[in-house]
Amino acid sequence: MSDKDHFVEIRHAQKSYGSLEVLKDISLNVERGQIVAIIGPSGSGKSTLLRAINDLDPLTGGEVWLDGVQVNKSLPHRQYEKHINEMRQQVGMVFQHFNLFPHMTARENVTMAPMLLKGLSKAEADKLAEEQLDKVGMLDRIDYYPSRLSGGQKQRVAIARALAMKPKLMLFDEATSALDPELVDEVNMVMKKLAEEHMTMIIVTHEMDFAASVCDRVLFMDQGVVVEEGPPSVVFKNPTKDRTREFLRKHLAGAA
Amino acid sequence: MGLDFTVVPGHLDIILLGCAWTIGIAVAAALLSFFGGIVFAVIALYAPWIIRQPFRLIEWVFMGTPLLLQLFLIYFGLVQIGIDLPAFVAGIIGLGLHFAVYNSELIQTAILSVDKGQMEAARTVGLSRGQALRKVVIPQAVRDVIPPIGNNMIALLKDSALVSVIGVSELTLSAQRAIGATYRPFEFYLVAAMFYYIINLCMEWVQRRIERRISISR
Repeated sequence: MSDKDHFVEIRHAQKSYGSLEVLKDISLNVERGQIVAIIGPSGSGKSTLLRAINDLDPLTGGEVWLDGVQVNKSLPHRQYEKHINEMRQQVGMVFQHFNLFPHMTARENVTMAPMLLKGLSKAEADKLAEEQLDKVGMLDRIDYYPSRLSGGQKQRVAIARALAMKPKLMLFDEATSALDPELVDEVNMVMKKLAEEHMTMIIVTHEMDFAASVCDRVLFMDQGVVVEEGPPSVVFKNPTKDRTREFLRKHLAGAA
Repeated sequence: MGLDFTVVPGHLDIILLGCAWTIGIAVAAALLSFFGGIVFAVIALYAPWIIRQPFRLIEWVFMGTPLLLQLFLIYFGLVQIGIDLPAFVAGIIGLGLHFAVYNSELIQTAILSVDKGQMEAARTVGLSRGQALRKVVIPQAVRDVIPPIGNNMIALLKDSALVSVIGVSELTLSAQRAIGATYRPFEFYLVAAMFYYIINLCMEWVQRRIERRISISR
């Protein structure tokens, strides 16, 4: 069934809310270790596409495959819940607004899921939390509650929380959009580090410079379709479509 | 003839025993109302229609009828269908469920006001909806709702006097027994009032401690 050549495969993704069609027949392949950026104006469907990959926003049509397994396969409710929980353990997600659990320390945010779902002991989970928080440079705040962390620090803990499940794929949904400008770099550094470790990543972003510097491929989406895709050198420097050119002109002008 | 409190020490043992019953019943009913409130709230929000309906009936009965009638129903009514509960158990169940319904309303609102991103983040790491509710959403909802639940618990303590009518020798009934022996209603009702007040102060103190512990993690 699955085309095993592709690590992530989205086939004819379609999503409607009533009569509003937000994703119109989108297909996308991502290879293992690739980093793909999705850019586009707000309302273009880029977040919806990202959230369809782990079925947070289920598609109304089309298929999502991860590593040879269909994510959104049709199963009876109970079996589907079990299946999707297993799939989601393999996909880390980072949100614009961090969504750290405020009643847990950084350590507990990281250890909760591995202890609950993978049966790690307290000692194993603590070791894991130390490793992951060290990786994002937050080891010194391991026992802080999120209310005492800055936005950038929260986002780094959120990344550590996702990494603790040892995901095959990381999804970033505008991970730096809610941050003060001076805090963006610390999060970008962590993402770059993951890129160097060949983590497969799909990144929805407004930051063209960052996308250009770390991504293998860029997708420009508008009104529910992929308008243009290719390596950043092409999409950013020599876009072929008018809509891409217009978006980049506005966006780069705004950023400058 | 004036007040004469010298009769009180001779019957203090009855009064203190009554206090112990009141505290025991109030604490047991408070725990039942708290955990029952969480269960009711989760059912009201997430259970399938077929399970929700009988609970709506329970909710209606406990909200729309007098607590006194509910206690009569549980203690005297259930006997007829073969459920013969000791009076204090009937009292705990009646008080507990009555206030569970009120707590459930508070907890439902609190659950709905927990940011949606919390459920999403929990589901994203692979938790089931039940696990996400238990580990992430409900703990946050409960801490928002501790102060108003505390008010309900003080109401519960005061309403525990009603279980005297089904024959539980709690503080109010104990005072009446002491009065029966001494014909000194004013003195013993005042003493009972004072004990209710003291128990209330203790409950407020416990509530403040819980709130303070929670605020550390904010």
